[in-house]
Amino acid sequence: MFKHWKQGLVGAVAAATLTLPLAAAGALSDDKIKIGVLSDMSGVYKSLEGPGAVIAAQMAIEDFGGSVMGKPIEIISADHQNKPDIGASTAREWIDAKEVDMITALDNSSVALSVQGLAKDKKIITMNTGAGTTALTEEQCSPYGIHYVYDTHALPVGTATAMVKNGGKRWFFITADYAFGHSLRDNTGAVVESLGGEVVGNVNAPLSTNDFSSYLLQAQSSGADVIGLANAGQDTVNAIKQANQFRIVQSGQKLAGMLVFITDVHSMGLDIAQGLQFTTAFVWNQNDETRAWSERFHERHGAMPTMVHAGVYSAVTHYLEAVKETGTDDSDTVRAKLGEMTLNDMFVKGGKIAPNGSMLHDMYLVEVKKPSESNSEWDLLNVISKIPADQAYISMADTKCSLVN
Amino acid sequence: MSMQVILAQALLGLNVGVFYAMLSLGLAVIFGLLNIINFAHGAMYMLGAFIALIGYSFLEQWFGISVQIGFWASLILVPLLVGLLGVTIERLLLRRLYDLDHIYGLLLTFGITLILQGLFSNYFNVSGTPYPGQPESLSGVVDLGFMYFPTYRLFAIVFSLVVCFATWFFIEHTKLGSRLRAGVENPDLTQAFGLNVPLMITLTFAFGAGLAGLAGVLAAPIYSVSPLMGADLIIVVFAVVVIGGMGSIMGAILSGLALGLVEGLTKVFYPPAASTVIFFLMVLVLLFRPAGLFGKEK
Repeated sequence: MFKHWKQGLVGAVAAATLTLPLAAAGALSDDKIKIGVLSDMSGVYKSLEGPGAVIAAQMAIEDFGGSVMGKPIEIISADHQNKPDIGASTAREWIDAKEVDMITALDNSSVALSVQGLAKDKKIITMNTGAGTTALTEEQCSPYGIHYVYDTHALPVGTATAMVKNGGKRWFFITADYAFGHSLRDNTGAVVESLGGEVVGNVNAPLSTNDFSSYLLQAQSSGADVIGLANAGQDTVNAIKQANQFRIVQSGQKLAGMLVFITDVHSMGLDIAQGLQFTTAFVWNQNDETRAWSERFHERHGAMPTMVHAGVYSAVTHYLEAVKETGTDDSDTVRAKLGEMTLNDMFVKGGKIAPNGSMLHDMYLVEVKKPSESNSEWDLLNVISKIPADQAYISMADTKCSLVN
Repeated sequence: MSMQVILAQALLGLNVGVFYAMLSLGLAVIFGLLNIINFAHGAMYMLGAFIALIGYSFLEQWFGISVQIGFWASLILVPLLVGLLGVTIERLLLRRLYDLDHIYGLLLTFGITLILQGLFSNYFNVSGTPYPGQPESLSGVVDLGFMYFPTYRLFAIVFSLVVCFATWFFIEHTKLGSRLRAGVENPDLTQAFGLNVPLMITLTFAFGAGLAGLAGVLAAPIYSVSPLMGADLIIVVFAVVVIGGMGSIMGAILSGLALGLVEGLTKVFYPPAASTVIFFLMVLVLLFRPAGLFGKEK
């Protein structure tokens, strides 16, 4: 028994040494491309990424023709349950045992940081579409980590700037108590203060709090002009709904959702959400191209795509293009190619992936429509202005990423 | 710190406190009369909320029955259904464990909790599904002078207080209640007087479960309905029962309300401690008054 086991091991090592040079020489390491979608499939972020991200990735693969260089493209997905340890152990299994070539989705910043760190050691490309923290491309940047859709620098630039300029000088934050929330609060606070505003208070609420009333009342009594919600998903929805129950907006304070998705607006309804301003990377009915893709997505998913869903489609498509053009799945080669490409599709126009991994693209400041302005169930947003990529994202001159400076 | 803020947070604390009181009351009744540590109490609360949600939103979609069970009907129907489940659990399972150590009852009810949670996690979003059935008549806001308070929450506070004190009155001050207590004190003697003690025990368990189901219906419009809503609460409720005194009815009610208030006020003065202050108090009570604030030393 022991002898067989030893023989097997020797065989495996021999096989590994044989395949390695092959990959570098320009072929697919295991005769296929496998894309992993690691997302929150059951918790607070389910509706903004989750199962919809798997559908978006499948659509990208189908539109690409289902194969690259005559080899099949496969997809694998799992639930990280918003737990960094579960995310990292799943990613480790995918990389070590299931030959995954690229991991995408990765909503939840804590999970994203742990998986990107692991993938850096294993030399696997991650294309993060769901997490917000700028640490992914700043302090903890990776030569294989790409941050694709939005970050906590891009979000406040549009929203906070617009609100401070309209007189919202004093801010109080309700912050989701983990990496993403803290990062969003700090970056938003910096924008507010740089424009002459002031942060008068902050309270940290645990992830998936269902009763925000006492935090909202603290915000109310702080005398702030604006209550900044440095959270996302169901947390944002609950906070805005409860603010409505306690008549916070009617009493004269403004709410600023720092990260709001179209699914959140849909779930709140226009009566509650109208007038809310936020920053997004994608509006499904902005033009014919986005509308055509979004309607296909809607047919399969039953809801219109969030910016994250559209981002997954775009990221997977561009990854496959880079593999096709370089003729290999070697991470260094593919990453170099992605850095040279100018990204153009229904999601992004003229996008560039910077050396720190940040995908630089335009963002949009939008406002939720009044019920009277909406023509259909998902006709929810007006685009107010475009935020150019160079304003939205941290410039290569200012980045703290060790790969650049 | 203005008086206005303190009053507002106190009222919100009371809002949480009535749920603590209702749940710890059910636990105390079951423990006091049956000597069972009912870990499934949180699951009964969760079940109550889910039955109300399914009755309102999913009957047609799932079962093809085009009936919608509204909030008021749920308030009566759901406790009965959850009570019926209580009867089943008591008759089929718990009854076999009365002669064994408490720990067996605890393990059994813990297992039931895990099964129910798993079942609902399979069909529902863990982060919570909103209950849309809040009646129109309770949807407004009341201006209390120091704050705007949602009418529904005010209703939940008043309704729960009435239920709690009615239960206390029933057990401590009616003939049936005194028989119930006699059955606990000395089952053999009570049975010798011709009272059906096993039936009384079954009904008591059903009543406790129904009370948890009722709390679930009341909670549904305020919080999202989620498979873990009971698990989040049950540990705190156990602490409330320990502080109030195991088996003391009035102790459970008063300590539930008081601890809700304490938690609410902690959020004003030092928010990070709000989730632990109850356990800190529990440790103090166990050190200096092990039988609880209202319990009798045995």
